[in-house]
Amino acid sequence: MSTEAVADGFGQAQGGASPSGHGDHSGHASPRTYWTIGGILTLITAMEVAAFYIPAMAPVLVPVLLVLSATKFMLVIMFFMHLKFDSKVFSGVFLTGLVLASFMTVALIVLFQVLPKYDFMG
Amino acid sequence: MTGLWSWLTTVDHKRIGVMYFLTSFFFFFVGGLEALLIRIQLMRPENAFISAETYSQMFTMHGTTMVFLVAMPMAVAFFNYVVPLQIGARDVAFPRLNALSFWVFLFGGLFINSSFLFGAAPNTSWVGYANLTSLQFTPGRNVEFWLIGLSILGISSILGGVNFITTIINLRAPGMKLLRMPLFSWMALVTSFLLVTAIPVVAVALILLAFDRFFGANFYEVTAGGDPILWQHLFWLFGHPEVYILILPSFGIISDVIPTFSRKPLFGYPVVVYAGILIGFIGWGVWSHHMFTVGLGPIADSFFVASTMIIAIPTAIKIFNWLATMWGGALRFPPPMLFAVGVVAVFTVGGLSGIMHASAPIDLQQHDSYFVVAHFHYVLVGGALMGLFSGIYFWFPKVTGKLMSESLGKWHFWTTMIGFNLTFFPMHFAGLFGMPRRTWTYQAELNLETWNQLSTVGAFIFGISSLFLVWNLFRSWKKGEAAPANPWDAATLEWSIPSPPPHYNFPVLPKVRSREPLWDEVERAEVEAVTLSEPEHEPEMPSPSFWPLVVALGVVLSWALVMTGVWWAPLLGLALTAFGIFSWAFQPAFR
Amino acid sequence: MARAAVIAQDDHHYTSTGLSSWKVGFWTFIGSECLLFASLISTYLVYKGRSVVGPYPEEILNIPLTSVSTFVLLMSSLAMVLALDGVQRGSRKLSLIWLGGVILLGSAFLGFQAYEFTHFVHEGLTIGTNVFGSSFFVLTGFHGAHVTGGVIWMITLWIMAARGKLAPADSLKVEIAGLYWHFVDIVWIVIFTLVYLIQ
Repeated sequence: MSTEAVADGFGQAQGGASPSGHGDHSGHASPRTYWTIGGILTLITAMEVAAFYIPAMAPVLVPVLLVLSATKFMLVIMFFMHLKFDSKVFSGVFLTGLVLASFMTVALIVLFQVLPKYDFMG
Repeated sequence: MTGLWSWLTTVDHKRIGVMYFLTSFFFFFVGGLEALLIRIQLMRPENAFISAETYSQMFTMHGTTMVFLVAMPMAVAFFNYVVPLQIGARDVAFPRLNALSFWVFLFGGLFINSSFLFGAAPNTSWVGYANLTSLQFTPGRNVEFWLIGLSILGISSILGGVNFITTIINLRAPGMKLLRMPLFSWMALVTSFLLVTAIPVVAVALILLAFDRFFGANFYEVTAGGDPILWQHLFWLFGHPEVYILILPSFGIISDVIPTFSRKPLFGYPVVVYAGILIGFIGWGVWSHHMFTVGLGPIADSFFVASTMIIAIPTAIKIFNWLATMWGGALRFPPPMLFAVGVVAVFTVGGLSGIMHASAPIDLQQHDSYFVVAHFHYVLVGGALMGLFSGIYFWFPKVTGKLMSESLGKWHFWTTMIGFNLTFFPMHFAGLFGMPRRTWTYQAELNLETWNQLSTVGAFIFGISSLFLVWNLFRSWKKGEAAPANPWDAATLEWSIPSPPPHYNFPVLPKVRSREPLWDEVERAEVEAVTLSEPEHEPEMPSPSFWPLVVALGVVLSWALVMTGVWWAPLLGLALTAFGIFSWAFQPAFR
Repeated sequence: MARAAVIAQDDHHYTSTGLSSWKVGFWTFIGSECLLFASLISTYLVYKGRSVVGPYPEEILNIPLTSVSTFVLLMSSLAMVLALDGVQRGSRKLSLIWLGGVILLGSAFLGFQAYEFTHFVHEGLTIGTNVFGSSFFVLTGFHGAHVTGGVIWMITLWIMAARGKLAPADSLKVEIAGLYWHFVDIVWIVIFTLVYLIQ
């Protein structure tokens, strides 16, 4: 066995179960689920690449790709990163960054790529 | 344990806090000296006291120093010292990471200032607009010292932010619910979130600049399709949250000071908390009000006018809550309270001029004039710095176990108020009468001499006023009267332990039942039975470690060697960093 | 002291949320990293269509190749969760197999990227050619640097597992490394769509 878990009063104790027992991993998914998610991720990636090559998809390509990749993103954070089963605190600190990041990206695209296309002053 | 080695290897949040304070206090005088040189140069029209080039270096380094090496780290000094005590913790969540943050900050600050030795101090202003910073327009090393120095400091801030968020979320004493936390800890939490979210954006802006300068990339190169405006957006996407990073700690301090000296709980506590969170969020949506003269078009301008006016609301809410706290209170006015009330008054002036240039058409007239200089000094000196002064007087007895001289404190306060207002109030007029920012000198026919002379006289009074603080700190530390655990009869947990606190802070973690645990006789007795007791056996504390210092050296070396322009040179620094990290990871935190 | 504000000496075990500080801190750091990559991705998108000389993205980006490397990285994430599961079960064999899988797949991804970069340079696209080259190389290079750091981290864990120093009680170490690895993966999911597929 490794060195004993150090219960340190700093919340840094090592161990599968966190000191007060909330962090048990029983809520985490099983390997079977992981394989399924891995399969779905592969499938979605294949769909994305297919959509890229099908000319008929061209008009709706951008929204379709955005939805598909957002789905992959969600699957990874929910199942592989366990956010679906874990404390809301983790979701909170992560989403604060993610929401601001998304807001910034959209704002910069609007400022640089969208607004300049319109001549408001006639 | 004492001696130099113990300081180099310390992971104690109190010692790290003291080191943060002393370092930022030192840089305060460096930045102040730069300001005085600026003021001497501007005292007379067409003056030649310093050259135009030196002048550019002075105002650039004055801004950079005061923001990144004084206001931010001094706030972090208080986060370090006070937050664990206020929330009832023995240290921060990651004590060694905390030491790393400090060393990286110290070396980063020294790195930027080492540019003076080469006569190549940064000279493109603290906002470093592209493409003035390109190799074509600023071929010297000045910009490189600046961009590398700021990148290093950014690492320190992000790590510090992560540490304090974790500490405040996870290490509160039993019963210390979020809505029972003292306001200073609350504002430390909001500020930390702003640090971890805003700093990466400016880091990227700086990295792009580094690639342009060192590796011939085209990010800000107009002829290749690059856009200097992107720099402005990335800089201010960071820069405006940064303004709140500077001011929110001060708001937190005075939100704890004012109730203490009014002997009343903070009026509308939850509203003050929510207003702080709201400021943090809206602060992310106002950045382009720094860019009204860029010509973003009416849609973008209107959006940023509206968001900027809206952010005044939560700020005003706080001001009204402070006033309502004082209303009908048993007021006392020792130095911490004087400075806190000073903040309320002076910050409001700066807030009002802020609302003036929230309006895009008015801002077009005021942009890059001394009116703007007056505005942001009212909020950053009057708001942020004076709040930090209030904190110094408030917590000094806790840190040192000595009381500060009240009369010297009052001298400090009044000379500060006079010097500060005499320096910056005339700048409103100088600006409206046409005095431009960042310009070496001005013509006699502009009739700006009187305003400038008033400012220069004020600056010297302001400079002298800080000597009262230095003398007071030194004298009180040497032979001040011994301070009891709770000299101000304050309400929060840091005042329940001895002054100065034992290295483990709390022998046993206290249990908290209200927002003002020390103002309830029963609860106070319960808490103090624990906090003032002698522990049967001392709590186990994290061991000192040398590795944070090594990793910090590695980080700084990696960045500094970028300046050689040899692509593999930074790898030497990275190797040292990696060596330090591995040694750190396999050294147990407790021995 | 009956009702005294003393919590028993087990305050050593105490955190206010009951959560591991490592995980709270690391998730916060990941939130911070979101802003770093969002700034780089925004830069790429802002400069889309602004290059004044070629090569342009549609001429040079290799979709079949990148689809394969994307698949490789996704599968490395699968290996990562299986490695965590192996460590939690206390199976040294499973830990070694799947951590090894992460290392191999991660290295393969880096190999694809190295091939892609050298190929682009041969085609005349460098960091200084145009704004596409600048923003593409810096964005994907930063991502690649993160993958490299992750591979080194995984090798460290693999060695620990091989030496029998990765017991179920240490699974938090693997979980944190996994969070990092998956984050690098989701960043690539976004880059693959926004940079490669939406041209």
